[in-house]
Amino acid sequence: MGELVEVTAADAAHAVREAGERGVIARGLGRSYGDAAQNAGGRVVRLRDATGGIRLDPDTATATVGAGLDLDQLLRVIVPQGFFVPVSPGTRFVTVGGAIASDIHGKNHHVDGSFGRHVRRMSLLLADGRVVETSPDVDAELFWATVGGMGLTGVVLDATISLIPVETSRIAVETRRIGDLDTMLALMSEGDHRFRYSVAWLDLTATGAALGRGVLTWGEHATVDQLDDRSAADPLAYAPRQLVNVPPVVPRPGLLNRASVTAFNELWYRRAPAHRVDQIQTIPAYFHPLDAVGSWNRLYGHRGFVQYQFLLPFGAEATLRDVVQRLVDAGATSFLTVLKRFGAANPAPLSFPRPGWTLSLDLPAGASTLRDRVHDLDRIVLDAGGRHYLTKDALTTPECIRRGYPRLDEWMAVRDRVDPHGRWQSDLARRLGLTRGGTDAERSG
Amino acid sequence: MQNAVGEVQHVVVFGGTSEIGVAIARRLVTPATRVVALACRDVAAGEEIAGTFPDHVRVEVVPFDAGDTASHERVVAEVVERGGDIDVAVLAFGVLGRQHELDTDPVAAAEVVHVNFTGAVSVGLAVAGRLRAQGHGRLVVLSSVAGERVRGALPVYGGSKAGLDGFAQGLGDALHGSGASVLVVRPGFVRSKMTDGLPEAPLATTPEAVADVVADGLRRGRRTVWAPPTLRYVFAVLRHLPGPVFRRLPLG
Repeated sequence: MGELVEVTAADAAHAVREAGERGVIARGLGRSYGDAAQNAGGRVVRLRDATGGIRLDPDTATATVGAGLDLDQLLRVIVPQGFFVPVSPGTRFVTVGGAIASDIHGKNHHVDGSFGRHVRRMSLLLADGRVVETSPDVDAELFWATVGGMGLTGVVLDATISLIPVETSRIAVETRRIGDLDTMLALMSEGDHRFRYSVAWLDLTATGAALGRGVLTWGEHATVDQLDDRSAADPLAYAPRQLVNVPPVVPRPGLLNRASVTAFNELWYRRAPAHRVDQIQTIPAYFHPLDAVGSWNRLYGHRGFVQYQFLLPFGAEATLRDVVQRLVDAGATSFLTVLKRFGAANPAPLSFPRPGWTLSLDLPAGASTLRDRVHDLDRIVLDAGGRHYLTKDALTTPECIRRGYPRLDEWMAVRDRVDPHGRWQSDLARRLGLTRGGTDAERSG
Repeated sequence: MQNAVGEVQHVVVFGGTSEIGVAIARRLVTPATRVVALACRDVAAGEEIAGTFPDHVRVEVVPFDAGDTASHERVVAEVVERGGDIDVAVLAFGVLGRQHELDTDPVAAAEVVHVNFTGAVSVGLAVAGRLRAQGHGRLVVLSSVAGERVRGALPVYGGSKAGLDGFAQGLGDALHGSGASVLVVRPGFVRSKMTDGLPEAPLATTPEAVADVVADGLRRGRRTVWAPPTLRYVFAVLRHLPGPVFRRLPLG
C-alpha cells in the first residue's frame, strides 16, 4: 500500500523531496484501470485541483489549466463559451495531467490524434525539485517522453491545450447496426474519414456468422441549423448529470455474469437502429454514457474486473478476427467491447496509438478462463506487430512491453537523464521494469 | 509486483530444496513469473532443481542456512537485489529429527527447535520487514497440524511447529494494514523425503496437493489453510479431546 498525499502545485516539490526510497508517483482521479497510479510502500501525490484557474484564450482557442483539473470541470467552463476538449475518452473524470501521462485517445483519433498532439506547453516538476517548461519546441525530447510517460518523468503542474471551436454542444450522430466483423472493418475503413468521431461497439456473445457483430456510430459536432428550435435557442447549453448510482452492496460475485451480459449485449444490439442519420445527441450521451451510472464498476462484484486493450496494425485484420474468435470461444463476458480505428501516431516513444485497430474489453478478474488465455492473446497480438495500452494494463509482462514498444530504450534514456536516482516509481513501473525501480537486476531481467 | 489476476513475478523459497517448498513455487509459476529464488544450504541440490523450472523463469540459488540467524537479513537483501520486490516468500525449511534419539539428547532437540522455530522467526522477521517496506507481498509459513495440538509421538518437532504457528499468526496480525500478509499452512502427514520410513498417518497427502491448497489460499486471501482441507474439521474436534482419549488415537 502507498501513502496518498494531497498537495498544491506550490508544495508538490516538498512532498516529492520527502518521499522515501520507494519513490513517488502523481495520481489524477485514479481512473486508470491498472496499477499506473499506485505505489506500494511509497508515496502517491494528488494535485489539488484549481477550478478557478482555467485561463481560456478564445483568440487562439487554447486553455491553460492546472494539471489536477479534470475534463468534467473543464467542459463545464468551455462548452458554454463555444469550445470542446481536443480529445475526450469514455469518461469525463480524468485530469489533464493524467490525460497527458496516458496520452489518452478518443473517438476522433483517426482525425485529430491523441491528447499529446494538442498540448502546446506544460510545466513539469522534476525529480530534483526544479520546475521546467517544456513544449514540442523546448526540450522536445522531455516533452514527448512525458506524453504517454505514465508520470515517470515528473509531475505535470499545468499545461496549455488547444481546444476545438464548436457552434453547439450537440453531436450529430449516424448509427449503423452491422451484422459481422468483416463488414464492420470494411465500413470503418471506407467511411471513417468522413466523420470526426467514429467508434464501434462489438457484441462478444455473438457466434458463427454473426461473429463480431456490433453497432457503429459516427459523429460530428452539430451546427446550429441542425438543431430543433428549442435547442437552437441555447445551442451551447451543457448540463451533464449522473442519472443513477450503483449501491455499495452488490450481491456476490456481482451482477454481471454470462446470462446478464448476454442479455445486455442482445438488447444493446437490437435497440440500435439498422441505419439512422442525423440523430442529435448531447455530449454526455455521446461521449460519456458510463458516467451517467455512478460507481458502475461495482456491478462486477468484489473481485472487480480488468481491462484488456491492445492494438493491431493495419494488415493484421485476420489476427484481429482470430483474437475475437478466441475471446468468444473463451466465453469472455465483456460488458462493453469497443473497436476503434486509429490514425497517425505522434512522436512520443511510449504513446499507445499508431495506425491500426484497437480493441478494448473488460473482463471479470475472477474468471479462470481469463487467467488461462490472456497470455496466449498477448503472444498473438505481439507476433502480429501489436502492443498493449499501459494505462489499461494489469496483466502483461516486461517482455510484452519491450516487444510492443521498440522505442522503450530511447524513452528510458530520457527518463534516466531527468531522474537518475529513480525517484518516480509506480507499481506499473516495477511490474513492467520501466524504471530502475527496486533493482537493476529487475530491469535487465 | 503481482498482476491483477494474482499472478506473481518473484517467488522465494527458504528451504529451497524442500519438496513442499519447490512444489509451491512450481505451482505459482505462470507466464508472468520472472524469478524464482531457492534459498538453501545445499547449493548443488538447489542448482539441480533450478534446471527443472520452465525456461522463461530465472532461477536464483542463494546460499542460506536456517540455523545461522545472523546472516538472515543479508540473505533477504541478496534475494531482493537479485530479483526485485518479493511477491511470495515461502518458509519451507524444517527438520524432523529422530524422536527416539531426541528423547535422550537435549542438545540435538534444541538444534531441531533452533532451525524450525528460531531460524523461522529470524528469517520470517527479515522477510516481513522487507514486505512491510515494499507495501505488498505474502509470507507463506509451513506450520503443521501440530500447530493445533502436539502429539506425544513427536513432541520436539510438534512443539517447534506449534511455536512457529503462533509466531506466524501474530506476525500476520502485526502486518495488518501494511499491504503485506501471512498465510499459515497446516499440512498433516506429507509423503516426502522428510517422512520417508515413518508410519503414514490418516489423511496423508503429497507436496503437490499441499501446493494446490496454498495457491488456492493465496488467491482467496486466506490467513490459514489446512492440507488436506478436511483436517481443519478433524483438528477442530481433536484439539478439544481429553488427554486420555487423544493419547489413545491411532494418529501414526
